[in-house]
Amino acid sequence: MAETATVYEPGTHPDLPPPATEVGVIGWLRQNLFSNWWNSLLTVVGLYLAWAAFAPLIQWAILDADWVGDTRDACSSGGACWVFVNVRINQFMYGFYPLEEQWRVNLTGIIFALSLAWLMVPRIPGKRYGALFVLIVFPIIAYYLLGGGSFGLPEVETTRWGGLMLTLILATAGIVAAFPLGILLALGRRSQMPIVRALSIAYIELWRGVPLITVLFMSSVMLPLFLPEGVYFDKLLRALIGIFMFQAAYIAEVVRGGLQAIPKGQYEAADALGLSYWKKMRLVILPQALKLVIPGIVNTFNELFKDTTLVLIIGLMDLLAIIKTSLEDPNWLGYSIEGYVFAGVVFWIFCFGMSRYSMAIERKLHTGHKR
Amino acid sequence: MKIKNLIASGALLAVGTLPVAHAGATLDAVKSKGFVQCGVSTGLPGFSATNDKGEWTGLDVDVCRAVAAAVFGDASKVKYTPLTAKERFTALQSGEIDMLSRNTTWTLTRDTNLGLNFAGVNYYDGQGFMVHKSLGVKSAKELDGAAICIQAGTTTELNLADYFRSNGMKYEAITYDTSDETVKGFEAGRCDVLTSDQSQLYALRIKLKDPKGAMVLPEVISKEPLGPVVRNGDEDWLKVVRWSLFAMVNAEEMGVTSKNVDEVKKTTKDPGKQRLLGLSGIGGKGLKVGDDWAYSIIKQVGNYGEAFERNVGMDSPLKIARGLNALWSKGGIQYAPPIR
Repeated sequence: MAETATVYEPGTHPDLPPPATEVGVIGWLRQNLFSNWWNSLLTVVGLYLAWAAFAPLIQWAILDADWVGDTRDACSSGGACWVFVNVRINQFMYGFYPLEEQWRVNLTGIIFALSLAWLMVPRIPGKRYGALFVLIVFPIIAYYLLGGGSFGLPEVETTRWGGLMLTLILATAGIVAAFPLGILLALGRRSQMPIVRALSIAYIELWRGVPLITVLFMSSVMLPLFLPEGVYFDKLLRALIGIFMFQAAYIAEVVRGGLQAIPKGQYEAADALGLSYWKKMRLVILPQALKLVIPGIVNTFNELFKDTTLVLIIGLMDLLAIIKTSLEDPNWLGYSIEGYVFAGVVFWIFCFGMSRYSMAIERKLHTGHKR
Repeated sequence: MKIKNLIASGALLAVGTLPVAHAGATLDAVKSKGFVQCGVSTGLPGFSATNDKGEWTGLDVDVCRAVAAAVFGDASKVKYTPLTAKERFTALQSGEIDMLSRNTTWTLTRDTNLGLNFAGVNYYDGQGFMVHKSLGVKSAKELDGAAICIQAGTTTELNLADYFRSNGMKYEAITYDTSDETVKGFEAGRCDVLTSDQSQLYALRIKLKDPKGAMVLPEVISKEPLGPVVRNGDEDWLKVVRWSLFAMVNAEEMGVTSKNVDEVKKTTKDPGKQRLLGLSGIGGKGLKVGDDWAYSIIKQVGNYGEAFERNVGMDSPLKIARGLNALWSKGGIQYAPPIR
């Protein structure tokens, strides 16, 4: 016999669990992917396309790939030949830096990472000294540590620098040196003093008006001819100066955008407090302006990081250039895809890291302007 | 002084490149700094490329090493400056490098307008053709109507047009931007023929999935003598570079190799070999280097044939035939004045 249903008084029925089709994985799928017939169709087609694109990639890059070995004979399974990258990884990282001296590069990297942590981790005190250290002391340490030639360290000429190390040197030197100059230029461009303003505008427009590739060519091909006989600048130094000047102009414009977004009331308030120009800028205006333009600044840095690969056209062996050179070794001809994929992954990791850090900073500094 | 330089550089900007005078002998400078600063290519299979240990190797690199061996008796006293095609002459003119050994074609314009001197020819190159073996073509003369893959913007395009016009043949050009793309096009069957400098064809062939399925035709349709370059007005240095090259060729001609050179030096009665190895005759006085200069080259770098086979010839993956680069006595045109 059928059970008699329990009869509840109106309003006393306990809550029933929601239907299985509305919650959990199934519910999510139904709501987001299969809510109606065309969404279902799109989902199926999308899944198929993803499968069609990624399955061969995974097959090539991982399942069929060769990982260990010494020569191209180790690459027989038809997939990616990571042996090539494996054998050359030291070159890709350090260029032609002598093996027994590579600890100097590592040490420089560690010092830099630690000082960055000093600046970036909010809990560590003494940010002002940290900034001074990174801007002034660290470049000197890095110069002597990497270049050598004194303090009992054997000299390593810059022609032997290369690989990821050189890419990072170019990018960090460009970023660290260009940032203060860029801020000064931005302030200069908004200055009341006509000469300072004119010079800043002239500088910014001149450097923004030429492509980086031209700057590099000038520094590498033309500049040596301008110099008197016997005077000779290191090629890397010439490129670094070129990148730094170029980058400063871009930073200046980004920062100027931030300065313009600050309401006039802030300036007037600072004036009313009797702050001098520099105090006004340092304590009131710049902290707000820079916070506003973090995405723009990181964007510029990101671009610079990738633009450093242009030094390949002046024969500096950055990561991409050294991969290209390695591809010309008769013993490894024909593995260009592996080399370029590796370069792409490395660049992606660094750029992604930068963008995540910038997002974290934005969240941390997001004190006003909340909507 | 500075103004003068500025004016000179301004003129340079206007007319391209002009000679820049250099006082002081490079040879003395090289001796006092203790190494040769040598400009090489940023990467050209068999001519200059880095090996797995990060050392530069190749036929062009061996010229640098030979010069270092002649001057210092130590082939490792070279520092390399990788240069792109555009900056190579400036680097030499400005004194950034002492010599340029970077697959540079010797032409009248370059020899006269740039303030440079070509010291010799270490590789006779020329434009050639590569075809699929399945095509069954044995000579470039049979290529009428063929589709030809070329890398855009190179003189190969012009040479190709000249060759086909002068032979009354038609062709369809398919241009690509980089050599990698050109190879892919050839492999995919977009064209029947791939044309480039012969030295490059062999490197491109390795990039094919089935290198044995392609062959290089015997015709060479242009002259590309490649050789080391030094600055004008520095005869001592020019002669050191020139004769380092000649010593390698002479050694091959006499059958002196890196393996038997010690043996030969001890036992030889041949006056030619004795002069080569500095046992008699002028030695290194004329070149202002040590008497055993040629011995050091042969011992440490090897003779021309050894360097050729090791870097681009049968002992290398490239497997380029000697062809024009065989000795004059063996059907090629590599010829060196005698050492006496």
